[in-house]
Amino acid sequence: MTVETAAGASQPEPELVQLLTPEGQRVPHDHYDALIADITGDDVRSLYRDLVLGRRVDGEAVALQRQGELGLWASLLGQEAAQVGSARALRAQDHIFPTYREHAVALCRGVDPVRLLALFRGVDQGSWDPVETNFHLYTIVIGAQTLHATGYAMGVQRDGAIGTGDPDRDAAVIAYFGDGATSQGDVNEAFIWASVVNAPVVFFCQNNQWAISEPLERQTRVPLYRRAAGFGFPGVRVDGNDVLACLAVTREALQRARDGEGPTLVEAFTYRMGAHTTTDDPTRYRLNAELEHWKLKDPIERVKAYMVRGDLADQDFFDAVEEEAEELAVHLRAACRALPDPTPTSIFDHVYVEPTPDLLAQREAMTTYLDSLAEEEVAR
Amino acid sequence: MTSLNIIKAINIGLRRSLERDDKVLIMGEDVGKLGGVFRVTDGLQKDFGEDRVIDTPLAESGIIGTAVGLALRGYRPVCEIQFDGFVFPGYDQIVSQVAKMHFRSGGRLRLPIVIRIPYGGRIGAVEHHSESPEAYFAHTPGLKVVTCSNPLDAYWMIQQAIELDDPVVFFEPKGRYYTKGEVDVDGEPELPLESARVALPGADATVVAYGPSVKTCLDAAAAAADDGRSLEVIDLRSLSPLDLRAVYDSVRRTGRLVVVHEAQRSLGIGAEVAARVTEECFYSLEAPVQRVTGYDTPYPPARVEEEFLPDLDRVLDAVDRTFAY
Repeated sequence: MTVETAAGASQPEPELVQLLTPEGQRVPHDHYDALIADITGDDVRSLYRDLVLGRRVDGEAVALQRQGELGLWASLLGQEAAQVGSARALRAQDHIFPTYREHAVALCRGVDPVRLLALFRGVDQGSWDPVETNFHLYTIVIGAQTLHATGYAMGVQRDGAIGTGDPDRDAAVIAYFGDGATSQGDVNEAFIWASVVNAPVVFFCQNNQWAISEPLERQTRVPLYRRAAGFGFPGVRVDGNDVLACLAVTREALQRARDGEGPTLVEAFTYRMGAHTTTDDPTRYRLNAELEHWKLKDPIERVKAYMVRGDLADQDFFDAVEEEAEELAVHLRAACRALPDPTPTSIFDHVYVEPTPDLLAQREAMTTYLDSLAEEEVAR
Repeated sequence: MTSLNIIKAINIGLRRSLERDDKVLIMGEDVGKLGGVFRVTDGLQKDFGEDRVIDTPLAESGIIGTAVGLALRGYRPVCEIQFDGFVFPGYDQIVSQVAKMHFRSGGRLRLPIVIRIPYGGRIGAVEHHSESPEAYFAHTPGLKVVTCSNPLDAYWMIQQAIELDDPVVFFEPKGRYYTKGEVDVDGEPELPLESARVALPGADATVVAYGPSVKTCLDAAAAAADDGRSLEVIDLRSLSPLDLRAVYDSVRRTGRLVVVHEAQRSLGIGAEVAARVTEECFYSLEAPVQRVTGYDTPYPPARVEEEFLPDLDRVLDAVDRTFAY
């Protein structure tokens, strides 16, 4: 297979790290097999469970948006393997800077998915504890978090938390972003910075082919992973729908970072099977045939096929995971609807560490005004 | 007491902060070996090392964005933006990320970042080196915006800004960088960071200024005194939050107010001061609030900056206008 380059000349397709074919066949790899040699049948079952739960959280959120319970949702459909594979490569002390689509990463990190719903419902702007979970708040301005990740990694360096050889101490930072973000100045500045200071950061790009309506060729004329070479660090392209390959490739990149060997760009080649967000209509800009083609590469089906093929799970297991997902969905539905609206005056609470006299006065004025409305209501 | 100019006062203030807390970092373009283009960070890298006084790549968004990450990790970065007009590549990180992090995290995340910006004109420079962008930042909730007008304030305010857990944009009046003043470096600060200061008591009219314009107004007050008119000059020091208690007290006595800044007039700090004084002191005012500011043009070529900038005569003209009612 070949790809067209900018000049129109053909060249071999860039190497895509793949350990599981879309049909669920485990393919050997000279280098990356060693990185998942410890993965047991239990681990595979656990990865499968995270994939299914991630998809179910996402599907439930889309449904809740359709029912008017959420203002918006950014679906991860199709990107479960890239997220679960990379997230499961992380250690507790590694710090994560997500975009607004990393719901399965959040789930793997122990963030209560109700907190994700709360953000998209509009009751807060991120209410999980980023310190406790090492999972930063969602960043909506495209690419801005790659600089935060790089700065955080500079702090890790200064804390002496790399290159000690202590697996509980050495830490890495991972920044998630998409193909569209690679056009942003911030992402390019983050690449330069991380390279120059040798920061322990992994740039994990989920290339899902679409930045809302703009296809990849609006962002780049070279495969994204190759950009890393120009910045002076390794870049690798992995099958983003292959959870084992994503796990292996991310593990290696994170360990390089923890060992003090600097940044890596991972391009997880995947596909956004859903809309950009619930307000988007992909039928206006892409062909259904493309989606059908990618459905054949589904990230969950191939793990299931692999497990069946290798006798790693029986029907009882699959049924149990389905049941767990259904229970989670029922819980999310109820918990989402029960989320209380914030009190109006709470908007003044955290503008600064201590409220300024102006803000106290404005809060007082709001309270007086709202009370006066309530009194009028009573009078009627 | 030591006689220091503003550059040296900030330099010593930064040094004290670096000594006091090993989480304090200095970062920016040319701040290390060179000591900054104005030498504000002179000698700091030599004494505190390259890990704490960091020569960064030439990218302002990167300076602010990585400072966010460092602050999230527990550091207290002090970022230098080389010139006022170069802050805009970092503007998105400042207003969208730095300003909002504490709010959006429900108070869980604090960003104790100081962004130092030499600002203002009178240095005969080319474009983008003489601007006064303070209102853009003062308009943004979540940021604190302060500016010093003299070495004593410079010395204490930079240290107070670094100790604050909120992000602070710290404007330095580069046209007054070489102004000298007496500083007791071992004393205590006289005022909290967010307080205005009566720079000169007076009885007949109130003149409010900040940063480089304070000296202009003090000069104007001296000239007015020669003519038998007593001006009270108030140095705002903090632009966000605005501390106008001293201004209200003064206007209630004088009934006349002139606001002076180098920044362009429309929708600037002067407009906000005028609005608030109207709200608070309506019955005390003898005349409309006057503004003496830069004109609503881009900062002009250096050969006409004297005409663009408020000077002694324009301030006195405005004071005269308040007596014409």
